[in-house]
Amino acid sequence: MKDALGAPQSLLVLGGTSEIALTTARAMVAERVRRVVLAGRPSAALDAAAEQLRGLGATVEVVGFDAAETDDHEKTIDEVFAAGDIDVVLLAFGVLGDQDADEKSPAAAARVAQVNYVGGVSAGLAAANALSRQGHGALAVISSVAGERARKSNFIYGSTKAGLDAFAQGLGDKLHGTGVHVMVVRPGFVRTKMTEGLPDVPLATTPEVVAEAIVKGLRRKSSVVWVPGQFRFVMSALRHVPRPIFRKLNI
Amino acid sequence: MSDGPSADARPTARRVSLNGWGRTAPSFADVVRPTNRDQVASALGQRTSRGVIARGLGRSYGDPAQNAGGTVLDMTGLDRILAVDLERGLVTCEAGVSLDRLIELFVPLGFFVPVTPGTRQVTVGGAIGADVHGKNHHADGSFCNHVLSIDMLMADGTERTITPDGDPELFWATAGGMGLTGLILSATIRMTPIETSLASVDTDRTKNLDEAMALMAETDEKYTYTVAWLDCLAKGANLGRCVLTCGEFAALDDLPAKKRRDPLRFRTGSLLTVPDLVPGRLPNKLTMGLFNELWYRKAPKHKVGQLQSITGFFHPLDLVQEWNRVYGRTGFLQYQFVVPFGREDGLVKAVETISAHGAPSSLTVLKRFGPGNAGFLSFPKPGWTLTLDFPTNTPGLARLLKQLDEIVLTNEGRFYLAKDSRMDPADLARMYPRLERFREVRAKVDPDGIFVSDQARRLGL
Repeated sequence: MKDALGAPQSLLVLGGTSEIALTTARAMVAERVRRVVLAGRPSAALDAAAEQLRGLGATVEVVGFDAAETDDHEKTIDEVFAAGDIDVVLLAFGVLGDQDADEKSPAAAARVAQVNYVGGVSAGLAAANALSRQGHGALAVISSVAGERARKSNFIYGSTKAGLDAFAQGLGDKLHGTGVHVMVVRPGFVRTKMTEGLPDVPLATTPEVVAEAIVKGLRRKSSVVWVPGQFRFVMSALRHVPRPIFRKLNI
Repeated sequence: MSDGPSADARPTARRVSLNGWGRTAPSFADVVRPTNRDQVASALGQRTSRGVIARGLGRSYGDPAQNAGGTVLDMTGLDRILAVDLERGLVTCEAGVSLDRLIELFVPLGFFVPVTPGTRQVTVGGAIGADVHGKNHHADGSFCNHVLSIDMLMADGTERTITPDGDPELFWATAGGMGLTGLILSATIRMTPIETSLASVDTDRTKNLDEAMALMAETDEKYTYTVAWLDCLAKGANLGRCVLTCGEFAALDDLPAKKRRDPLRFRTGSLLTVPDLVPGRLPNKLTMGLFNELWYRKAPKHKVGQLQSITGFFHPLDLVQEWNRVYGRTGFLQYQFVVPFGREDGLVKAVETISAHGAPSSLTVLKRFGPGNAGFLSFPKPGWTLTLDFPTNTPGLARLLKQLDEIVLTNEGRFYLAKDSRMDPADLARMYPRLERFREVRAKVDPDGIFVSDQARRLGL
């Protein structure tokens, strides 16, 4: 249960090796979170993440979860909730893909969509239903500023996030008045292993800043969180740039 | 066949958002309002896997009368007085009867409730569940000291009558047990005889905390009802300055001739209702500092034998309906702790810490507890109890409360569960050494954990 100051006690991370998610988990364990469930594909990295959180004083369970295997989502997530209430679900899985290569390989492009969007819909609904039955809790969905307007340089990834973002917004409205809070998180360029090797861009941020924004947003029950906050205005302007000009922008 | 509602018609459940008096951490539950025992049993039978908790008038500050995703029984429909024995001063009433109702009915008959908290808008069931205390704790103990028997509906659907002698384990698990042992249906309470409905009150203003503590230690024994209001924003030489009020119910001879004609006259009601429009930042360091200054200055330096009404002396806040709205939508929390006698340093350190932080509490109350009772989770124990309320948007509040937690813990203190809305579950066992016994009884009478609240989940009770 969340306490009077909005601090949650339990956390389920879908995409248990996501740097943003793990940084958020560490920040939450430093407050009141004592039970963490890391759901992800079994790997040494996942076990290491669990070990690190245990070192901070949390009880950590590791659960096998594959974003692309949507048939298993409901069962896996229901089992986590059956073992005890979950105050926050962080939907953090996602792949960036390789835009140039994926354009030439429709099957590879579809895999990006399968994980980011299809997996997000399935896992998001499974989590939302479990939260609704519980009558309380929050679902934070990691979207991206890339979903706000598709750019020619990464429209495959951008379109999956656009779909996920729209899904999460609608879900949040649907669940309004049930005690379940859905929050869309739209980070800009975050320096993580997913973006390693990519050239830095303006307003680039770090997992720590994103984590802080997520913790704050959950406490305030925000419906959308931009990280950094300036993106709200940047994207608002970009959204209104006419197509002939937008397509010529080197972004 | 009749179209009208029959006696055993099942009341329908409504899914609504519930919160405590502090208006923080709301959650959704299916609320059912039974009006008789059969309906309570039927609602218990209809429960889901998310369990059931009873709710009275919602005066707990945090989440003990909430049950996210489950059933909450609004017990205020069980509002009948079942038996009265004026000779022995006993009343048997249903759990949803409020202390307000008892006072209204019994003061004209020459009886007052044995214990009342700062509001009389609490139910008998809630008063037992939280084992509430009042200004007479040092003299008379807490509410459950005056409860002779309780009728309960147990998890297995059976009804039981429990008494402190007949079933001490279950009785003292239920006293202060936050509704987690079963559903309280009715109780028999021993009322306190009074000659008049007026309190004779002595007031003293003290320059600082040390002076107040010395005066309280010295005068407590002479009075049945004592409490001190404390200015937690005062600093330096004025740190913890207090207005100490001590009183007794006036004897008939204490009244002026005019009032003697109707000595047990009692009027209920309120002056105003706070609208739900107050901006969240209204109670701040500045406004509360000003309020505290005025409140302190308006009190007489030393006054003896002033006659005050029951409302004026016991329940001044009841004059303002929905006063919790003063804190705006973001709400507030109460922080009440007790530290044992001999740990006065801890109390002083806590007041210093709050004063240095400048956290704006206006309804700060200091009181000396007498001996506690056998309740496993009953809050009072001999020592000093300090009650504060802070708007949740107070800058740096989480940090301040963490500091205070540390002071309370190192001084063998504990928190009051009826006020709690944010304590660290890890601290619970240290504060309540009989927690394990409570858990044993609960495991025996409710093995499946049917009775559960948001607070029980949050703290792992």
